[in-house]
Amino acid sequence: MANSNLAAGPSGAKPKPFITPQRAVVYTVLIVCAIFFLFPLYIMIITSLKNIQEIQSGNIFIPTLHPTLDAWEKAWNSACTGLYCEGIKVGFWNSIKITVPSTIVSIIVASLTGYSMANWPFKFSEVFFTILLLSSFIPYVVMIYPLVIITRELGIYSTLPAVVLVHTIFGLPLLTLLFRNYFASLPQELFKAARVDGAGYWQIFFQVFAPMSVPIFTVAVILQVTGIWNDFLFGVIYAGPTNYPMTVQLNNIVNSAQGGKAYNVDMAATILTGLVPLAIYFFSGKYFVRGIAAGAVKG
Amino acid sequence: MDRPNPLFRNLNSKLASLPMMLIVLGVFVGGTLWTVLFSFTNIKILPLFTPKQWIDGFVGFANYKRLFNSDRWMSCPAITKIGQEGWQLKCTGAMPNMITYAILAIIISISLGFLLAVMMDQKIRLEGMFRTIYLYPFALSFIVTGHVWAWIMSPEYGLQHAIRELGWTSFSFGWIADRQMVMYAIVIAGIWQGTGFVMALMLAGLRGIDEDIWKAARVDGIPAWRTYIQIVLPMMKPVMVTTFVLVASGAVRIYDLVVALTDGGPGISSDVPSRYIYQNFSANLGQSLSASTVMLVSMALVLIPWMRMEFGKKSQA
Repeated sequence: MANSNLAAGPSGAKPKPFITPQRAVVYTVLIVCAIFFLFPLYIMIITSLKNIQEIQSGNIFIPTLHPTLDAWEKAWNSACTGLYCEGIKVGFWNSIKITVPSTIVSIIVASLTGYSMANWPFKFSEVFFTILLLSSFIPYVVMIYPLVIITRELGIYSTLPAVVLVHTIFGLPLLTLLFRNYFASLPQELFKAARVDGAGYWQIFFQVFAPMSVPIFTVAVILQVTGIWNDFLFGVIYAGPTNYPMTVQLNNIVNSAQGGKAYNVDMAATILTGLVPLAIYFFSGKYFVRGIAAGAVKG
Repeated sequence: MDRPNPLFRNLNSKLASLPMMLIVLGVFVGGTLWTVLFSFTNIKILPLFTPKQWIDGFVGFANYKRLFNSDRWMSCPAITKIGQEGWQLKCTGAMPNMITYAILAIIISISLGFLLAVMMDQKIRLEGMFRTIYLYPFALSFIVTGHVWAWIMSPEYGLQHAIRELGWTSFSFGWIADRQMVMYAIVIAGIWQGTGFVMALMLAGLRGIDEDIWKAARVDGIPAWRTYIQIVLPMMKPVMVTTFVLVASGAVRIYDLVVALTDGGPGISSDVPSRYIYQNFSANLGQSLSASTVMLVSMALVLIPWMRMEFGKKSQA
């Protein structure tokens, strides 16, 4: 009876308590794979708690007996990026400066576009939407040069607005799809009733649709914050050296060879860089899965 | 009754979609056309979009010829004979590296992802915990992924050192420093980051299959593993195609992971097209743009299965 559960989640009777050979195989595979996936996290954490002598003399698997947060402190406050030695905190604040406006602007633009596509189609709107979806497959590197020209002509190259614009552009295909599908799935009677009552484009969006769209906005925020936080390429090209995000700073810290390689500091900086998306992932659970599956499940 | 000007119908909707329309036309269509068109010119510095620059600089396929003659992009010098059986073609360069990565990443992450999804579908305990464990790397950036694996695979202090210390002194795992093996090291890191996502998609696909199929298979006495392979797998074709397109398109544009893990090294033995293009922007713009066009074509090839499925659906309906 092992395979009868095909509902959206676990349901029905609890699993039988005794272990059959079949189930032993299932759990062995699951546990072996879990070890593979957890291994780098374990290594990151124990390495960041060691001091540099223990790293050079010790074993990568074995945790230290004298854990210390020195490497974390150094990674945050004083690790060198090649230009200066102010730690990865500079990158952290830059990433916040980039992520907050980029998330807000891209979601405003995409939610309105998705709403227009779903509820107020106009001539050629389907054509635009199809090109937009295909555009999500254009390799970013192909668009770099045209966008350098565009941002240069707009006079914003190498500034914060440039990187916000680029994130808005590349977030648009997926987010529009997400919002269009969501708004299209809402009952059309609702839209028609609001129309009959005399509500227009903006009124229906703000007073009828937006209040019942909190889940999809949450998914969009999660998707954008993780995506933008994890970006490297756009940050390094468009933001300018004073606004380098955390991923770029991390890469510079690891690659700067001042005074030999400090793997404990590198690993502390690596965890710190991964901390924001990881926290979002662990706290948002289902929303995260819904977000990443949005591009795959087409309506 | 006066007919209103059709341009002003749904005016608010058009106004709100204006940024999207500008981005589609100006950036996605415009940028792609610009890249393709100027890949046939010998421009050196940041050109604009003027036809005159294009006509003046037109050089035909010269950039493409130079690109495919460049060892850094692609070089297949040795067709070596292996025994009686046949010949082996050994290619090096950015393009073959990307293809190697793509093929391995697709095969391994899709088979491992499917296997994990099937195991997760067995009414197991702690399903949520396992799902969280498999999927968390997907929340991390490629830069983080690359640096963690660079440390683990570091020949000096990493896995190799640790296992040799345990007594197995001949153990060797210096893949990131080995020209022949470095792409496989990148595959390991890529698999670690992306397989959870494939598993999540496959699991959603498995859960979407009609329960009656399972009942019918059980009534007929078909064992579960055969039901999975012969009945469920073919029914999951749409999920498989979607997963293939997502994994393959990610592999074609691979960049950050290589930058963090090996930075193209040792030497340039793990260079990939995105990195090649980026590195040649200033010195060799024409070649960079022709390489971009080759990438666009590669991406179009990846999209074919998905297009066939989408358009096939429409023609049937």
